[in-house]
Amino acid sequence: MAEAHKIRVLVAKPGLDGHDRGAKIIARALRDAGMEVIYTGIRQTPQMIVEAAIQEDVDAIMMSILSGAHMAIFPKVMELLREQGVDDVLVMAGGILPDEDIPAIEALGIKGNFGPGTPTEEIIEYVKTHIHPSRLADAPLANTAPAPTPTAQQSEQAAN
Amino acid sequence: MDIVERLLAGDRRALARMVTLIENDAPQAREHLARLHPHSGRAQIVGVTGSPGAGKSTLVMQIVRDLRKQNKKVGVVAVDPSSPFTGGAILGDRIRMQELAGDPNVFIRSMASRGSLGGLAASTRDVVRALDAAGYDLVVIETVGAGQAEVEIVRAAHTVLVVTVPGMGDDIQALKAGILEIADIFVVNKADRPGADQAVAELKMLLGLAWRRPKEAHPWHIPILKTSATQGEGISELVEAILKHRVFLSESGQLAQRSQRQAQSEVLALLQHELLLRLQASVDNGEWQQFLDAVVEREISPYEVADQLARRLGLGHEAISRPGD
Repeated sequence: MAEAHKIRVLVAKPGLDGHDRGAKIIARALRDAGMEVIYTGIRQTPQMIVEAAIQEDVDAIMMSILSGAHMAIFPKVMELLREQGVDDVLVMAGGILPDEDIPAIEALGIKGNFGPGTPTEEIIEYVKTHIHPSRLADAPLANTAPAPTPTAQQSEQAAN
Repeated sequence: MDIVERLLAGDRRALARMVTLIENDAPQAREHLARLHPHSGRAQIVGVTGSPGAGKSTLVMQIVRDLRKQNKKVGVVAVDPSSPFTGGAILGDRIRMQELAGDPNVFIRSMASRGSLGGLAASTRDVVRALDAAGYDLVVIETVGAGQAEVEIVRAAHTVLVVTVPGMGDDIQALKAGILEIADIFVVNKADRPGADQAVAELKMLLGLAWRRPKEAHPWHIPILKTSATQGEGISELVEAILKHRVFLSESGQLAQRSQRQAQSEVLALLQHELLLRLQASVDNGEWQQFLDAVVEREISPYEVADQLARRLGLGHEAISRPGD
């Protein structure tokens, strides 16, 4: 008998600031809502986030960022996801995101954009209602194009 | 190409999705696993167990890094506990494995135990099979880290590492019954701390006391190795021991024996599950309740009920008696 699809969320802290209290609170709230949360820790590069999201086959990615580097990091994350053919993962962000940047962030396809003080219930509900339907059905793979092999840049990093 | 073909061709997304299907016991997962089976059986499966905080994740990271220097493709399955109350989990083993990021020949997957006891999730073995079929030379399983009850790893791994740290003498005492039987290699991690030599001595003594295995032509002498995972010390010796153990298993014939045992337990478990499902399909709840009531009222014995139900599935005693009996 098939079990219900268990929601898996990657909680990542990109950029160079080390303040991960917010990210940890989110991780804990999502866990208490019955989800499996892959917590990657601080100082994640876009490459690390995308790679972890792929290997862990998560339904959603939540990036917490306070440093102000979001407009440098978010476009890169979305670009890498596209390159890898990942089109069925809900990408969300939270932290300190200035109002004037929100339209640009949303234009990238990043949703939620939860600021300080957002009740965790709101975030939980958001995750539950915005996951790609094909994922909840445990479809074999939403995207049928084979993923490209890792980029030369990634391999180079690995060698270091 | 379907998901199985893509996995076999080395597509990491296909592998990742396959793991999800297996974890969720999706309807198509079994058929996929059946197709993967002929491609599996090549990887050395290494289990890493030990108390929480012993440094298992960091140690796994270092082991993988060393194996990568030898150009081995390595898969990692890291199991963390699910909350028994909400079913949720925080899977944090990747935090300690960040140095492995970006390497296309390393695949790390976190698994929640989803209610299973014994240190693994129910589907861990099948997940390992998928990684094995995908061509990883070694698959490292990191268990929940609860200690005493972690015996499942023996059934899943070829080589079991038991990790302890200095200053946990009492811990070793408490664990010795289970632990002495499952370890192929002992690791005293955080050996840069005081008391490492004493921990090694205690383990040696316990091993000496407990060494009651039948005499074998080529016995495996369980190494006790000191490491400092954060400093990267003692890692190459440990990896050497891991690889040596695999050679030992094949040369001594134990690999074949283990495979036999694993095949047996796996087939029996599947058969049990299958029979139970068919039984459930052949008895409705009302009738089931009647049977139970009758047993409680002593109108019929549980043995007779079991026999009647077995007959219904075509498994009465006459079905299993062979001609000539």
